[in-house]
Amino acid sequence: MSTLERNHSMSEGKILLAHGSGGKLSHDLVREILLPRFSNPFLEPLDDSARITNQEGPLAFTTDSYVINPLFFPGGDIGKLAVCGTVNDLSMIGAVPSYLSLSLIIEEGFSIELLKRIMSSVRDTAEEASISIVTGDTKVVEHGAADQLFITTSGIGWIRKGVHLSGLHARPGDMVLVSGFLGDHEIAVLSQREGFGFQGDLRSDCAPLNGLVGRMLEVCPDLRCLRDPTRGGLATTLNEIASRSRVGIALEEAKIPVRESVRGTCELLGLDPLYLANEGKLIAICPPQEAENILAAMRAHPLGTHAEIIGQVTEENPKRVTLQTLIGGHRVLDMLTGAQYPRIC
Amino acid sequence: MKFIDEFRNKEIAQGLIRRIFEVSTRPVHLMEVCGTHTVSFFRYGIREMLPKHIRLLSGPGCPVCVTPNQDIDLAIALSRRDDVLLATFGDMMRVPGSTSSLQKEKAEGRRIRIVYSPLEALRLAKENPEKKVVFLAVGFETTSPAIATTLLQAHTEGIPNLHFLNSQKRVPPALRALLESEKVQIHGLILPGHVCTILGREPFEFISKEFNRPAVIAGFEPLDLLQAVWMLVNQIEKEQASVENQYTRVVRDQGNPVAVRKMEQAFEQDEALWRGLGWIPGSGCRLKDPFSSMDARRIEVDVEPSREHPGCLCGEILQAVRTPPECPLFKTVCHPDHPVGPCMVSIEGACFTYFKFQHNPD
Repeated sequence: MSTLERNHSMSEGKILLAHGSGGKLSHDLVREILLPRFSNPFLEPLDDSARITNQEGPLAFTTDSYVINPLFFPGGDIGKLAVCGTVNDLSMIGAVPSYLSLSLIIEEGFSIELLKRIMSSVRDTAEEASISIVTGDTKVVEHGAADQLFITTSGIGWIRKGVHLSGLHARPGDMVLVSGFLGDHEIAVLSQREGFGFQGDLRSDCAPLNGLVGRMLEVCPDLRCLRDPTRGGLATTLNEIASRSRVGIALEEAKIPVRESVRGTCELLGLDPLYLANEGKLIAICPPQEAENILAAMRAHPLGTHAEIIGQVTEENPKRVTLQTLIGGHRVLDMLTGAQYPRIC
Repeated sequence: MKFIDEFRNKEIAQGLIRRIFEVSTRPVHLMEVCGTHTVSFFRYGIREMLPKHIRLLSGPGCPVCVTPNQDIDLAIALSRRDDVLLATFGDMMRVPGSTSSLQKEKAEGRRIRIVYSPLEALRLAKENPEKKVVFLAVGFETTSPAIATTLLQAHTEGIPNLHFLNSQKRVPPALRALLESEKVQIHGLILPGHVCTILGREPFEFISKEFNRPAVIAGFEPLDLLQAVWMLVNQIEKEQASVENQYTRVVRDQGNPVAVRKMEQAFEQDEALWRGLGWIPGSGCRLKDPFSSMDARRIEVDVEPSREHPGCLCGEILQAVRTPPECPLFKTVCHPDHPVGPCMVSIEGACFTYFKFQHNPD
């Protein structure tokens, strides 16, 4: 019987401070929970760093931390999110995501069973995204010093030849596309939080977008800009692009895809779906003549079935996003300021 | 979405706008009493589609905005007591008190929880019997029945540790005070559909009978608002004054008697302090005697002397005497990231709404 299994039976399978001490228990944690799931030639030597063979072209490098509450939500969990988030950040500048690091900060007393489930989810998502976890770290902190489990992933990938995606590249006349329904992730997570008691079949859209991006770049290598509208949602992301490219962006509200259940929840709580976080959606800005081809390629991919052309880049109203409303009026779509709190009445 | 999409129909909206243009000849000031109406007017871009001489002014109908500093300061002081767990609606978190806010206090480690229903405060009280759970009871007649129900249930179940910091407000007495004020120049009122769902039409009849102003109870979708504006303009052009109900699919003349009864069982009318408007007779409610032990104002606590930013025009904005851009602090000293008054915090506050929808990049 391994130390971990003995410990499992002794303390109902909880992570102890000793699991982060660097001693035998730390060793067991790595050997018994992490290595069997992520085994690959880069990780297995267990040296202090992974050795990676250089490839041609510019390297993309990104990092992100995941502190979501609750850890499990319909359609995903913190592990899946930690892989998708970093894979998507690499994908948005046209890189092929290749290698990932995985760092865990675990609160003392965390369930070993849950940790295993989350690590299996990391493994499954990494496989789906064809990315290898090549290095990592675990720390255990005292009870109360962290909220159950925090994950940091960093990723590297090589940018495809001839691809220059940037928030600086939007030009008047370009078209704005979105890959599907907005707001699913934030509402799915919100519905699980204490006190909401919402029931429904809404699931987070959490997904690795590298496959979809690959297809889009095959069809149109001169795409101008890709972004994944995570925190702050569509409105905030488009404001950033408008501001950095010094252009206006004009959207048509009627074209923006939002699921009925998300719209309904937003109506009830006084939230705006255009500011809700997504974890498996992208916004693309492309030359006008390419828009229909890209739209067809997106719709042919499972993660872009509900893609739509939602607006156009304009010379007018520079650094501003405007919206033609459902009834034909116009208004400014501003950045999100502060957190969206549900209203009183 | 059923019962929503029908009321966002572009062709019907354009038709209503045409009709408003046909009938409207004179400059009018219309007050949308409710903050949700203000947001809807902006959100659908309706303001700019109307004739220029129809001026829409926001009223006092945002419960966060009319909560006086004194009550925020008291809530903050209570949260600093080790034996208190404060439960509040989310919109109150960022509202600035005299020197702090609940959000800042939470960051300092005070026990402050956001709840989505007053009944959650009751649950918190049951789960934390060693704490005094104080619910910051803010809201108009729309929210009051739920607060009353919670209070009555806690009393029936004998839950000793749930307390209410009552800052609820009543809408009709505030409208009376506004109409009595000489400063306020409004020709017609768009009445809050949700408050009227509870109270019905009768409590608002005084607007036409005593003050000779037309009023329309309105829903919150673009077609509701356009129809309400058209109905008001029609009355004004014909020099009529009556309280009409546009929101017939929801609001009944007698309101919701069950909800009203709950409120009457729990609370009695009292004078209340409104931010910017001062004390208004009959516009508040206090816990009835059998429930006085649940009144959080009886918990002993030191409250700092309340003060407000001298330049803040919240009071005049809530009375529709000024609009947010007329305030010298608007967008400069007062910004959603560092708000001076609650009108810049609440998602239905007039200042926040003007800021959000009329923001010009530098």
